[in-house]
Amino acid sequence: MATLLSMEHISIAFSGNRVLQDVSFTLRAGETHLLAGENGAGKTTLMRILGGVYTDYEGSILIDGVQVRFHSPVDAARRGVAMIHQELSLIPSMTVLDNLFLGREQCGPGGWVRFRRQQAACRQMLARVGLDLSPHTWVGDLPMSARQMLEIAKALSMNARVIVMDEPTSSLTAPEVERLFSLIAELKSEGRGIVYITHKMEEIYRVSDRITVLRDGALIDTRSASELPREELVRLMVGRELTEQFPERPSVSRADQPLLEVRDFTVPDPGGSPRPAVDSVSFTLYPGEILGIGGLQGSGASELLLGLFGALDSDSRGEVLLEGRPYRPDSPGDAISRGIACLTNDRKETGLALCLDIVANATMASLRKYSRSGIRRPALERAAAEHASRRLNLRAASLDMPVEQLSGGNQQKVVLAKWMLADPRLILLDEPTRGVDVGAKQEIYRLLFEWSREQIGILLITSEMPELLALSDRIMVLHRGRVTGWFTRDTATPEGVLAAAMGRVPEEMIA
Amino acid sequence: MIRKSASDGNAAGLVHLLARPSARALLALALILAVGAIFNADGAFFRWDTHRDMLRHISRFGILACGMTLVIISGGIDLAVGSVLGLTAVLSALMMIHWQWHPLVAVPVCLLIGAASGAVSGGLIARFRIQPFIATLAMMVFARGAAKYISGGRKIAQGVETASGFQFRPLPSFFDLLNAKIFLDNVAVVTLVFLGCLALSWVVLDRLRVGRYLYAIGGNETAARLSGVPVGWTKVFAYAMSGLFAAVAGICQAAQETQGDPEAGVSYELTAIAIVVIGGTSLTGGRGGMVLTLLGTLTIGYLEKILSINAVSEAGRLMLTGAIIVSAVLFQRSRR
Repeated sequence: MATLLSMEHISIAFSGNRVLQDVSFTLRAGETHLLAGENGAGKTTLMRILGGVYTDYEGSILIDGVQVRFHSPVDAARRGVAMIHQELSLIPSMTVLDNLFLGREQCGPGGWVRFRRQQAACRQMLARVGLDLSPHTWVGDLPMSARQMLEIAKALSMNARVIVMDEPTSSLTAPEVERLFSLIAELKSEGRGIVYITHKMEEIYRVSDRITVLRDGALIDTRSASELPREELVRLMVGRELTEQFPERPSVSRADQPLLEVRDFTVPDPGGSPRPAVDSVSFTLYPGEILGIGGLQGSGASELLLGLFGALDSDSRGEVLLEGRPYRPDSPGDAISRGIACLTNDRKETGLALCLDIVANATMASLRKYSRSGIRRPALERAAAEHASRRLNLRAASLDMPVEQLSGGNQQKVVLAKWMLADPRLILLDEPTRGVDVGAKQEIYRLLFEWSREQIGILLITSEMPELLALSDRIMVLHRGRVTGWFTRDTATPEGVLAAAMGRVPEEMIA
Repeated sequence: MIRKSASDGNAAGLVHLLARPSARALLALALILAVGAIFNADGAFFRWDTHRDMLRHISRFGILACGMTLVIISGGIDLAVGSVLGLTAVLSALMMIHWQWHPLVAVPVCLLIGAASGAVSGGLIARFRIQPFIATLAMMVFARGAAKYISGGRKIAQGVETASGFQFRPLPSFFDLLNAKIFLDNVAVVTLVFLGCLALSWVVLDRLRVGRYLYAIGGNETAARLSGVPVGWTKVFAYAMSGLFAAVAGICQAAQETQGDPEAGVSYELTAIAIVVIGGTSLTGGRGGMVLTLLGTLTIGYLEKILSINAVSEAGRLMLTGAIIVSAVLFQRSRR
């Protein structure tokens, strides 16, 4: 088979952080090449370089043996590279027809759109991917699966020869997945090459001809799928020693009374998909315990936390007992007054008001404490913010600085200060160390252990495996909204957790 | 930090000082005043009367800008204030001239109606998630209609048609009081009303808990909601305050014109927004304050006054004002 694409010795760094280091990757005509790796291994970064999103890389890209350098996604598309993202690029408020020809409308003189010609072409394209739709349907009215197919139709209409599919089945039902797979087979027989990214074990061996494993931005191996058994694949993906230093986990006296009991907790998909984001999850958390939640993209872990915090518009179902009393997660305000705190996974979007100063951000969740009958007591606010920032070792020239001027680690400390000042008994943490430097990470670990010693219960989501293993007393693993594994400190292994996160229920759980 | 570099006494110190929005707004005002000192219309600019009349004229707009500042800091906008001013001008004239109600009854009723109209806008925005622009645009049209309905499309003045014929009602002394100049004719009462409104909104914004909520919502509404801030109620409060101030301005308008004109206040909301923006409060929310709005009020007031004492035609005045608003906003942003 001819080599369609080869990426050679690709390296890239973001603000001094090496994200990819000397990665090479080839794609042959007529093959499906799977990119495997944990969250943060560099898969998406590599594909964004291929798609012309990141242009400042080292190394070279050859298509049909000719060296190319893309300057924009449009550039890449013109050279036959199509990306089918998880976040689809279609515009919901436009019709199927308008979406397919967006930016390359077939026009006559004076910008006059050749409507009939487009319509005929559109019908052809829809038939090609087996979509039975009128070209004039609003894309917003279509189910996610149809939109996914439409993306593929768009890629084909641009005569893409390299098609990158990043988690294409995450919103598809089983029959739709089958249709996608038969389409993939067809594309392969036409000599196109497909780069496939998935976190689902069952899919990996159905679609892939070859597998490339990335880990921490480095190329680990490329092998033919038939020569790479599952156990070996998981081992290659995890592979690393627990080299990072974690502070010693202090022993915490275990209370008899659970802090939080969750039974059959179900959260509907916020995007409107019929498959719930969290599907009948049950667990118990004790005071002072750190319960880690493992899972890959689309596991529903974040939705579980937000659902428990009452932060989602859609109504969650299930029974929740907080300190033995029934608790209905209705709104964040209620949750906070019941002693729950929730650190979201995106501090800039949902955690901080970037233009406000440190004091305003740190006291945002506890202003009631620092006011009397609605009148502020600024001195108390300031003292509290000062106290929290000293305890967290927050480094800032002044507490009056807008938080947008702080480093990532210090911004995260402001969010932690906010929740510390709210006096929580249960803390929900979604990626507390994301985008945080090593020193700040250490401090955050120590803070978690301190909270634990104070008998505060912690639910912890982290996509960094060593962190999950070192911090958690127990680990619950989710895959597509369902629990697929339970581990204790002694039974947790990177391989076991990852296999469960990819949808393989460990044998001892089936028994 | 600022003190240290300013004491260096060099250009870097100045740049540092100008990093503060209040310093920039003050500089803009100083520039306008310098222009006034140069084009002083044969010394007219140096007479206190000129300043007093400018303050008297701009006060109603300043009162509207107080409420507008609260709304804009929360990340919203209130287009209805001009119409609510018209509505309450008509209502107060009707109650106090035609019906001869006591001001202690009429004024609270007018304020309540203004606040209620704002609360309705706020409720639409908070409960049904209608964009502030649309919700307050609808209220702007509705309130103007209500003003015309109540007045029958006529100005409510001292002449009244009754079954027994045409009657002439006296002006309430309350209107005379609002219209008066005190301290040996040196300060207009409406200017004091404006300063009172300014102080009240400063207290709300800086000294009450709800003020923190307004900044938090304007800074990042999602983060505020996830921090337990009662986002909906706070928005209702902000628009209600804006409606309340519009009613205050409406009563002042009726007193100054000695009548209730259903057409009063057309496009006043735009002047109020211009005042807030020229002061340096950010239209995206989260940044700004009442001191900036005071400086913005003075800047717009002096700008109009200087152009008018120099006999610049209205056409020229409008074009220049537009150009100056743009340059002021660009100036504000270039130093950020």
